[in-house]
Amino acid sequence: MIYAVFAPLVMTLLIPFFNKWKDKIHTGWFLLPIPLFIFLYFVQFIGEGFSPVAESYQWIPSLNISIDFYLDGLSLLFVLLISGIGTLVLLYSIYYLHKSERLGHFYIYLFIFMSSMLGVVLSDNVYVLYTFWEFTSISSFLLIGFWHYRERSRYGALKSMLITVFGGLSLFAGIVTLTYITGTTSIQEMINQKDIIIDSPLFPLILIFIILGAFTKSAQFPFHIWLPDAMEAPTPVSAYLHSATMVKAGIFLIARFSPILAGEPMFFIIVSLFGIITLCWGSYMAVRQTDLKGILAFSTISQLGMIMAMLGFGTKAAIFAAVFHILNHATFKGSLFMIAGIVDHETGSRDIRKLGGLMTFMPISATLALFGVFSMAGFPLPFLNGFYSKEMFFEASLHLDGYGGQFIPFFQQAIPYLAVFGSIFTFVYSMYFFFGTFRGEAKMGELPKKPHEAPIGMLISPFILVLGVILIGLFPNLVNGTFIAHSAEAIYGSAVEKDIYFWHGLTYPPLIMSIIVVVLGTLLALTRQKWAGIYTIFPRNLSFNEVYNYIVDKTETASTKITNKYMTGSLRHYVLYILIAILVVSGVVFFLTNGFAIDTSGLSTLKLSDVPDILVGLTMAIAAIGTIFTNNRLSAIIILGVVGYGLAILFVIYRAPDLALTQLIVETVTVAIFLLCFYHLPDLKKIKEKPSITLTNSIISIGFGALMTIIAISAHSSKWFEPISNYFLETSKPLGGGYNVVNVILVDMRGLDTLFEITVLGIAALAIYGMIKLRRDKEAK
Amino acid sequence: MGESILHTVTIICIVFISISIIILLYRVLKGPTNPDRAVALDTIGVNLMALCGLLAILLVTTKLNDVILLIGILLFIGTIAIAKFLEKGVIIDRNRN
Repeated sequence: MIYAVFAPLVMTLLIPFFNKWKDKIHTGWFLLPIPLFIFLYFVQFIGEGFSPVAESYQWIPSLNISIDFYLDGLSLLFVLLISGIGTLVLLYSIYYLHKSERLGHFYIYLFIFMSSMLGVVLSDNVYVLYTFWEFTSISSFLLIGFWHYRERSRYGALKSMLITVFGGLSLFAGIVTLTYITGTTSIQEMINQKDIIIDSPLFPLILIFIILGAFTKSAQFPFHIWLPDAMEAPTPVSAYLHSATMVKAGIFLIARFSPILAGEPMFFIIVSLFGIITLCWGSYMAVRQTDLKGILAFSTISQLGMIMAMLGFGTKAAIFAAVFHILNHATFKGSLFMIAGIVDHETGSRDIRKLGGLMTFMPISATLALFGVFSMAGFPLPFLNGFYSKEMFFEASLHLDGYGGQFIPFFQQAIPYLAVFGSIFTFVYSMYFFFGTFRGEAKMGELPKKPHEAPIGMLISPFILVLGVILIGLFPNLVNGTFIAHSAEAIYGSAVEKDIYFWHGLTYPPLIMSIIVVVLGTLLALTRQKWAGIYTIFPRNLSFNEVYNYIVDKTETASTKITNKYMTGSLRHYVLYILIAILVVSGVVFFLTNGFAIDTSGLSTLKLSDVPDILVGLTMAIAAIGTIFTNNRLSAIIILGVVGYGLAILFVIYRAPDLALTQLIVETVTVAIFLLCFYHLPDLKKIKEKPSITLTNSIISIGFGALMTIIAISAHSSKWFEPISNYFLETSKPLGGGYNVVNVILVDMRGLDTLFEITVLGIAALAIYGMIKLRRDKEAK
Repeated sequence: MGESILHTVTIICIVFISISIIILLYRVLKGPTNPDRAVALDTIGVNLMALCGLLAILLVTTKLNDVILLIGILLFIGTIAIAKFLEKGVIIDRNRN
């Protein structure tokens, strides 16, 4: 199984070599066997007596993350879809993409996607699943932006990336929480520990996280907005990713976690409510579209909503119908996308207003489309698979006899009506899609190309898919026992036995609902021109695209504004922030922890001999205050000199002759340097500032000074240890061989500090020399 | 007795010199012109030398004598620097050769 999953990924390494011969042979031909082999490999698992297969490979054992593959009915259904439709899409793309396109890029992206999608559906380890999940987002991003020179493509790619990665991260939060609760990273083991998860207080959180991940990926309301914009991708991509596989990853996720999450009223309400809303909204909006792929995009949204709703119902019949519809939707929607691509390819336009009457030019495509469209609409004919799943959907919506059904009786009763409403619009846009394109008058003048039938190679893939539609339609029990039932069993937890019949009798309620859909749908489709004006009333500007654009725009402008607000480029402001931060943070912390301990016991008493200290201190204080208020730079320098010399004399008074010596020299040199660069300094002007700013500055500086003073006093008041200085006094002579304790400390006891201070001075000297000598700008000349 | 008189006299001298420093500070701060300030700073320096000497007597130590000499030298250099600056605007002349 691991070979099947990683084969496309390994193949991407070889694609550049194949691409060299692309002028002679289309790159796609080399790659076609890969998905075909994978498909054939997985086909052999189909059978009545299928039982799950597990494989395990080491990856990160220390984190309990291993590459575990688990092939049960659900995975089997999905891998067959992925590889089967992958093969057909590959074949289709060979004819669709011209050799002048960047084929290497295209197939590399596509194969990365294929690998990661297989990985998503086969992984049993949640983290491996998440890894592959993000790979699908990234490769989808690359594929949507394949024609990167188009602005719309880039917009669509970015949008899908933002939305799906948002959901992906939410999923990650969900699986981390799950791992935290259960202590395992395997999905099967989590299912075994279902009770622990449900009883956990974190359960609602897990539910929301996982549902958010699934809803964004599967384009559920209101995260559906990325899917219509993803239609800028080449049509094979739209057919593959955005109808059959990637958008079903969210469905798969919900189905995979159903054994854990389902059965809770919250799950029922969220999933089925949003599913139904998506169904109705998607089908309602699809009628409004003018672009063929736009119709199909909203149709996909709506059909996904329907599947999601059925998963939400959670009854035996609903889950069976959901699985069945996953298969059916993949067949008919894939073929319809391919036909839309053919129409685009052969006429040069996808705008339904310009198309019409193509039936005479493209009879085969029209026939294939006919089957696809009527299957999508759920028309009651025994050879259309869409009808069966639609009928089962109606039936399921009528029998919500399971859990949660009694939770909101009103909602439960509304579901069948909403289902019928959505289906009516499904019928309308299906008819609009077919009759708008292939019937009516041909508008030859408006088309860029003269329409003609597509080459046979392009028609093979949709033909096979339509064949699938009809075969499943004619013999539904062919797929039922072999793998639909196994899939449903994997989701539901116990065996689901259900036969599919076309005819249940005339009074069978779902049949009546189907007939209502067909009759009302036909009426609405015929009168579409008359009521189409409703779209100018609702939704008008209420679409979620506006919300998305607003959020993206506002986030950008708001963050620019905020950044410009505080990153002013003025050093004065930055110093202000630093001081305020220190003042507030340390002030509050000291206050809260009762750090301002003031103790007077350790203080010495004031004597007559202390008068000089006070006088010198007073002199320094007056000089320091004088510096602030002086207007003249030279006098500021000289007054500052007074402070420096005062400090020197304080050192003398407190018996530190070495310090006093150094301080005197440094002070003199500093004053001399100030005078040296005096001419280059700007005049010291009084800048007239608003009183409020001056006031703020004074408050902050006074506050900061006060804080430092209090901290110093508190530090002095709480001496908890004996100072180490006695040791230095005693050992200076015996160990260091000197009487000058300060110097012994500097060069013997703590010599390393001195070394690096010398280094600092050396660097400073070199830097000054460099700054003066090396001027690269014009100033040097 | 002699010790005590010396002590008291020293402290009185220190106080007076400190007061003179404060008065000189007034000249530094107010000093209508910069030369006034320079002279005041120079005089403060001389007072500091005296202060250091008196403190050395008070603390009965010879370790401060270096400081007194250093102040003398620095004061001279500093005053010359300021004077030269006030006169020429530069402290170190460029070699014109």
